[in-house]
Amino acid sequence: MDSALIPKGVKRCSLPVFIAGLTPVVLVLLWGVYAMLLCWLKGLNQTNMNDSYGFALWIWADLAVIAIGGGAFFSGLLKYIFGKDELKNIINYAVLIGFICYSSALLILAIDVGQPLRSWFIFWHANVHSMLTEVAFCLSCYFAVLTIEYIPLILENRKLDEIPLIHNISHNMHGIMAVFAATGAFLSCFHQGSLGGVAGVLYGRPYVFREHILVWPWTFFLFTWSAAAFGPCFTILITKITEGITGKKLVKDNVISLLAKISGWMIFTYIIAKIIDTFYWATVTAPELGFVWSDFFTGDRSSVLFHGYWLLFAEIVLCGIIPGLILISKKHRENKTLLLTAVTLGTIGVCLNRWTMVMQPMAMPVMTFDSWNLYIPSWQEVATTILPVAYGIILIAISFRYLPIFPQEVELNPIKE
Amino acid sequence: MKKERIDKKFGMVIDLDACTGCGSCMVACMAENNVPFKKDETNKLDSITWMRVYKLTNKKPFPETEICYLPRPCMHCEGQHSGHSPCVSVCPATATDYDMDTGIVSQIYTRCFGCRYCMAACPYHARYFNWWDPVWPDGMEKSLSPNVSPRMRGIVEKCSFCFHRYQLALDKAYVKGRRELKEHEYQTSCTQACPSGAITFGDLNNPDHQVHRLVKPDNRHHGRPTAKNAFRLLERLGTNPKVYYLSSKEWVRRAGDNYLDNEETGKPLNLMKELQPEPH
Repeated sequence: MDSALIPKGVKRCSLPVFIAGLTPVVLVLLWGVYAMLLCWLKGLNQTNMNDSYGFALWIWADLAVIAIGGGAFFSGLLKYIFGKDELKNIINYAVLIGFICYSSALLILAIDVGQPLRSWFIFWHANVHSMLTEVAFCLSCYFAVLTIEYIPLILENRKLDEIPLIHNISHNMHGIMAVFAATGAFLSCFHQGSLGGVAGVLYGRPYVFREHILVWPWTFFLFTWSAAAFGPCFTILITKITEGITGKKLVKDNVISLLAKISGWMIFTYIIAKIIDTFYWATVTAPELGFVWSDFFTGDRSSVLFHGYWLLFAEIVLCGIIPGLILISKKHRENKTLLLTAVTLGTIGVCLNRWTMVMQPMAMPVMTFDSWNLYIPSWQEVATTILPVAYGIILIAISFRYLPIFPQEVELNPIKE
Repeated sequence: MKKERIDKKFGMVIDLDACTGCGSCMVACMAENNVPFKKDETNKLDSITWMRVYKLTNKKPFPETEICYLPRPCMHCEGQHSGHSPCVSVCPATATDYDMDTGIVSQIYTRCFGCRYCMAACPYHARYFNWWDPVWPDGMEKSLSPNVSPRMRGIVEKCSFCFHRYQLALDKAYVKGRRELKEHEYQTSCTQACPSGAITFGDLNNPDHQVHRLVKPDNRHHGRPTAKNAFRLLERLGTNPKVYYLSSKEWVRRAGDNYLDNEETGKPLNLMKELQPEPH
């Protein structure tokens, strides 16, 4: 029915099967849209946030999707600036994943603010000293860059490409893509960093406050570094999931191996920096503010369950050191099971880091007569957080069906007559 | 050109030995500032209380148990340099501002878009979000104060040191041909409502004002109190609050900040380092 739109040389399932497969995802999406409308129409009383837990699930989701979407800027940097040409075979997908992640982040932010119609105040009445202002500017600009990077891919659709004007626009956009990749990398470094700065500058919250280098707290650099390190893990993970669902090999092993190797070394060096940061914070910053390290992880029984030492162990050792060590070893990263384990752990690791930087400071008491807070999100918060996942699956499915996302697909999956 | 006038720094001193925890300050504050309330106020985590009275205990068993009530308004922090309050420095839309003339941290309700970053930044939980639109019982809207605008759903609000009273007092003084206020002409509602006189309000920069005499702020060290028994909440974080407390009890003063086991109350190691004279 839609065969004219499907790229040449590849095989896709029939349209009814495609629609049937997407139906459950669309239902989840509609559930999320319903929750989103409730939040917009009735207000944030639909959530389980409170005056102690002003930042919660949504802010974590924002930080997490932006971190795992970091594969887009880092792959672009590696391909266009550092000349890792093999990555051209995965860059389209990295851009698509980045586009989904960043558009999701903007959507979640639009739900998260109490007065969404005033969101433009952040640009109009900008406080240039606020890290959130820097986030807003860089995030918006980088989303525009990602859109520009995604457009030529849409224009490469078989039917659109038949129109000479569109073909030429697409061709010329590819020609100048290095400029956008460089711009994207520049913007990304700043907004990933400023997201780290959002937490690191909170000098009233000893759990996240960090010493500064010039105007930037340590977390500024750690966030950029971790997004560059773990973002490619997510790109590989989603590529492997797509290969599993479609039953096709879509990217050659040498491409995956190269990205995994670079990611591995980035994770390895990041974890060293993270351990140094944790050590300094625990032994210098916290005691100067009157805290011992255990204050941050031990409260009553339920707070230990949610915010105990296990989080630190999971983030640094289980989901940091281990995937780093797996990916830097050629033998291990070429083992499919270990590769999949490493990229899964890496993705969880960076999400855990963002979790602790958002949730832990809200939960932990600072005044001595205050107590630990616990927070369980409402169904509306959960639904609106799952909404971008459903949206992402739908956009990937449609893009995969109609656009030449994977340049090696035809070669790797020849159609037998 | 040299500035002739010394900026004011309005602040509050609360004598915890005198506070009985009656809650009059909370009630007066809510009535004065049109603070909204819910039908069911059981969940204090989403109740708006610009002034909140905390109950502290020395955690000792009977008969040595002691309690202390600690009223907590907004601290109107100055930070380590003027205006670098934890909340003001992070607000992305300049919806909260540090007034250099009075030292009061304001909240611009019509500009706040409800990102709640200021709430995450405030270690005192002094900032409150309007989770609902205010709903007043029938007829009560007629008794609202016309001097304070009610707030809508989705924005943050907090104690303003009854700034509207400052503006009204200034207006009156101007009519009388004066540019300066007398100490009693600008007082917050909680100060006036406190039956035991535990709250004192005034200009910390004015040596004639009671607040200055009570705590003797050391302006060379960010207003640190030098009077015996005076302290500020979370002094060592560097928030530089303008609300001071007095207590004759050591355990109460110690509860005002976080200390390592080997540190003396009121003399944490990092602050002592700062106080040492610079080497020649």
